[in-house]
Amino acid sequence: MAEAQKNPVPVGSTTAGQIAVAAESTVATRMSAPPSFDVADFPVPHGREEEWRFTPLERLRGLHDGTAVANGTGVKITVEAPEGVLVETVGRDDARLGKAGVPVDRVAAQAYSAFETASVVTVPKETVLTEPVRIAVHGEGGVAFGHQVIELGAFAEAVVVLDHTGDAVFAANVDFVVGDGAKLTVVSVQDWDEKAVHAGQHNARIGRDAHFKSVVVTFGGDLVRLYPRVEYAATGGEAELYGLYFTDQGQHQEHRLFVDHNTPHCKSNVAYKGALQGDDAHAVWIGDVLIEAKAEGTDTYEMNRNLVLTDGARVDSVPNLEIETGEIVGAGHASATGRFDDEQLFYLMARGIPEHEARRLVVRGFFAELVQQIGVQDIEERLIARIEEELEASVA
Amino acid sequence: MATLEIRDLHVTVEADNATKEILKGVDLTVKQGETHAIMGPNGSGKSTLAYSLAGHPKYTITSGTVLLDGEDVLAMSVDERARAGLFLAMQYPVEVPGVSVSNFLRTSATAVRGEAPKLRTWVKEVKGAMERLHMDASFAERNVNEGFSGGEKKRHEILQLELLKPKVAILDETDSGLDVDALRIVSEGVNRVRESGEVGTLLITHYTRILRYIKPDHVHVFAGGRIVESGGPELADKLENEGYEAYVKGGPVSGANSKEGAA
Ligand SMILES: Nc1ncnc2c1ncn2[C@@H]1O[C@H](COP(=O)(O)OP(=O)(O)O)[C@@H](O)[C@H]1O
Ligand SMILES: [Mg+2]
Repeated sequence: MAEAQKNPVPVGSTTAGQIAVAAESTVATRMSAPPSFDVADFPVPHGREEEWRFTPLERLRGLHDGTAVANGTGVKITVEAPEGVLVETVGRDDARLGKAGVPVDRVAAQAYSAFETASVVTVPKETVLTEPVRIAVHGEGGVAFGHQVIELGAFAEAVVVLDHTGDAVFAANVDFVVGDGAKLTVVSVQDWDEKAVHAGQHNARIGRDAHFKSVVVTFGGDLVRLYPRVEYAATGGEAELYGLYFTDQGQHQEHRLFVDHNTPHCKSNVAYKGALQGDDAHAVWIGDVLIEAKAEGTDTYEMNRNLVLTDGARVDSVPNLEIETGEIVGAGHASATGRFDDEQLFYLMARGIPEHEARRLVVRGFFAELVQQIGVQDIEERLIARIEEELEASVA
Repeated sequence: MATLEIRDLHVTVEADNATKEILKGVDLTVKQGETHAIMGPNGSGKSTLAYSLAGHPKYTITSGTVLLDGEDVLAMSVDERARAGLFLAMQYPVEVPGVSVSNFLRTSATAVRGEAPKLRTWVKEVKGAMERLHMDASFAERNVNEGFSGGEKKRHEILQLELLKPKVAILDETDSGLDVDALRIVSEGVNRVRESGEVGTLLITHYTRILRYIKPDHVHVFAGGRIVESGGPELADKLENEGYEAYVKGGPVSGANSKEGAA
């Protein structure tokens, strides 16, 4: 089901994909240790483990080996919420933490073991917000560990913007607990300064007939490594996982998705798109989708596309669909990495459009369908402006 | 008066690690208001001529000159050529995902005219041109050429021709793949532009069929990378009856009067 690649694959890019029909989940066995809240349950990675093999460990600034210690000047978190939303700062022992998922690697477990306080944002049942909840995570130059919980009661509806800016070495887990019939859209923007390091795990647990949409937008940082993960608490749940990244010279941006179809009659749709430019720009996309034996009636599709604008950039794109039952509605994946299409450029230029403007049109066009998914106007505008800036920088 | 002068044009392409000469000395002058039909068998180099004039990077000009009103076209970039007044309706228009037709048309009209068209008159202008080409208004919201049928792509090319009003229009097999209704609609579009008397038209075709709708002043037979015979409209009649065999060495080639499906 992997799509034919339209453009020649640039040197240094890999697109591998498989559909496995396995008795035992290889998605689970590929991890070097089972999920745990305790950092001590994970050995310090050496870099050859399946989940670490693409990541330059030396650039994690000690998040993976215990040498990064929170120093109180890490990040400043500000939550802005419309009326009707409950915003709390709670201690480590709060019962609502860790309900949506368990850390799957050492850095996430480190974050869970080291955070001091957590933010809990609750949208009570049947509360329908018309304005987004905004959680600003601003890096102040130090090391920090964080935990955030967003919980929607039954039939609540909300949009939550998680906005990461500034400079920090930051590891965090974010839990999204989506109540029955609720609708949550999360936009996570990684707009860090250029030295920042950010590792995070996003756990979504989707209630009966609930809808979860995640839009992950990664621009900044020296290294960003995110694990958006989804599981279903009951039937009828629907997950849409979208992502955009613009990987510049020297940046490492890694998105590792996991959709666990652990419940019958649920849906998932994954679409990530990235543009890369400059030497040693490195994007990694891992799309693990598991359809467990009990998950009859599953409908899932995942897609990753990469647009390589210059030489010297590298993409690793690995869709991995694992099917343990044949009783499904649909399952598919696609991955394609291509160079900028010179024929598109020629067509636009042959209509008088100057080259830099033609490139802008094509790149904006490439991202357009995903930008539209955000639905928060100021974020959409900021994103488009950032794309333009990135392209200007490449022309200059 | 605008004139396109092509002198002794030689063009090569790189294919399978070898350099292959496709155009072997093309000479042609197209004046404003004139329509020249270029007819030739498949593979004779017609599209290569069209792309070379437009500046496609795959084609290397090894010698010759191309002047538009005395200006050196070959020294211009692709977009400069378009702004200088050259237009190429492509045989295979390219899909540009995520870029809407309306955004594309406005961006190109702005580039070619040197200023953004006034919004109100522009909307009317586009709407009128689309109606004349029997294009549904919803077309403007679709992405450029994405999922277009063959006929829709060609109408979209002619829509651009009408809006951009070039000095010289090169139409590369605009007739191919069109049914009779679509051929008539597209031809009427070309004729509207020709009636202005301000455009020189280079009509590239494999078949004589389109010449029933668009009457050329001059007909050129193109074979083996050059023009091998030139004449008036009567030359098209000869091709209609006799095909290209006489111009092509080494075996029969589908003739100008053959069925399109056989090509
Ligand atoms: N981009 C290209 N790369 C390699 N060969 C080409 C290319 N364009 C044209 N050719 C070759 O040049 C010859 C003429 O092609 P073309 O100009 O498309 O002819 P026509 O339009 O008359 O059918 C053909 O043999 C074709 O294979
Ligand atoms: Mg051709």
